[in-house]
Amino acid sequence: MKFLCIDCDEQMTFQDRQVPGDGTFAASFECPHCNRRIAMLANPFEAQLVNSLGVKIGGRTLEEEPFEQTRRSVVGKDNAFVDEEDTTGKPIRWSAESRERLERVPRFVRGMVKKIYAEYATEHGITEITPAVMDSARTELGLEGM
Amino acid sequence: MTYRTYREVEGSDRSRLAEQVGEQRNRVVERLAGVERVIPVMSGKGGVGKSYVTAALALELARRYEGRVGVLDADLTGPTVVRMLDARGPLKVDADGVEPATGKGGVRVMSMGLLLESGQPLKWREPDSEQFVWRGTLEAGTLREFLADVKWGSLGFLLVDLPPGAASIANLANLVSDVAGAIAVTIPSEESGQSVERAIRSAIDCNVDVVGIVENMCSYVCSDCGHSVRLFEGSAGLRLSEEFELPLLAQIPFVPGQASTGAIGTLADALIENLS
Repeated sequence: MKFLCIDCDEQMTFQDRQVPGDGTFAASFECPHCNRRIAMLANPFEAQLVNSLGVKIGGRTLEEEPFEQTRRSVVGKDNAFVDEEDTTGKPIRWSAESRERLERVPRFVRGMVKKIYAEYATEHGITEITPAVMDSARTELGLEGM
Repeated sequence: MTYRTYREVEGSDRSRLAEQVGEQRNRVVERLAGVERVIPVMSGKGGVGKSYVTAALALELARRYEGRVGVLDADLTGPTVVRMLDARGPLKVDADGVEPATGKGGVRVMSMGLLLESGQPLKWREPDSEQFVWRGTLEAGTLREFLADVKWGSLGFLLVDLPPGAASIANLANLVSDVAGAIAVTIPSEESGQSVERAIRSAIDCNVDVVGIVENMCSYVCSDCGHSVRLFEGSAGLRLSEEFELPLLAQIPFVPGQASTGAIGTLADALIENLS
């Protein structure tokens, strides 16, 4: 999908993505010439079309996790997976609130979600994951339902 | 008002959705680089013992190929291979992928049966409504991940137990371009024969070679006295073999409580011979 600023005849560039958690998503684009901004507001049906293809509007900023779509979509058993934790980078701290929030994620997908948040924190030089960090990651990465 | 349309606007779109889908396909190709032969086992009809044939053939091939055999259970809503091969989780996940479960004979197994609670049906978390619209796409996504994200490693054979339905071979063929050849499983009845005929025609439409036909439950053999009787009217295996000029790879009797090791050995021999 491309967005064209008709007045400037310029392709608009992707700016950011929002996932409000109600099944919809929004993405904003800006004309590099006149700086006009628009927001594309997708309804749940359109959002699902994208999700079910396992792709991201605005492109991917982190590598796709193994079984990412399956683990996001399937109601699976708690002990289906053992996720290896990444020990290559600096250890990331989790605040009490963020740990509590993580505990609410179904165990079938929790290990993967934890890894995605940790990778996001590492990418952004963040040393402690807080609910605010989780919110930004969720929005930036399009983690609907996580 | 006139303005340029998609193809007239030069430069890629930032979302690169088509490229993202292309990358998903590439991951399948890269993951299967170590797999010598992908063999779908299809039937077009449920209840013909396709999963039994898949599991038994996998065990026989694993015996011959030092365990270098995998089974991908593509029957997401009715997974049975896990139980037949006694494969168990949990599955280890790292950045490179998901380690498959190891079943009897060292067979590497991936199945929805490893992800669901025992006896629970496959349920999708999202969307909340209109799931019938998306189910096919979600199932195709899971099949793609079973192919691309599982660390299959170096295998002589990857058997794919396809779900019933003539179209299931098309889903696989869309993801795997170099299928070595499909095995079509039927029982002797003409009702089954007609369903399997549709599956064979679907395979041909998708440019998938069919290696041959397996006629399962061709007879009932008493495990006490060895007396054999026919279980079904008809000879669908032979009829399909003649009509499509395909070899009848094996006729497998039903022997209560016993694996038909002789017939499965014949099937493995015929498969290897016809693939080469």
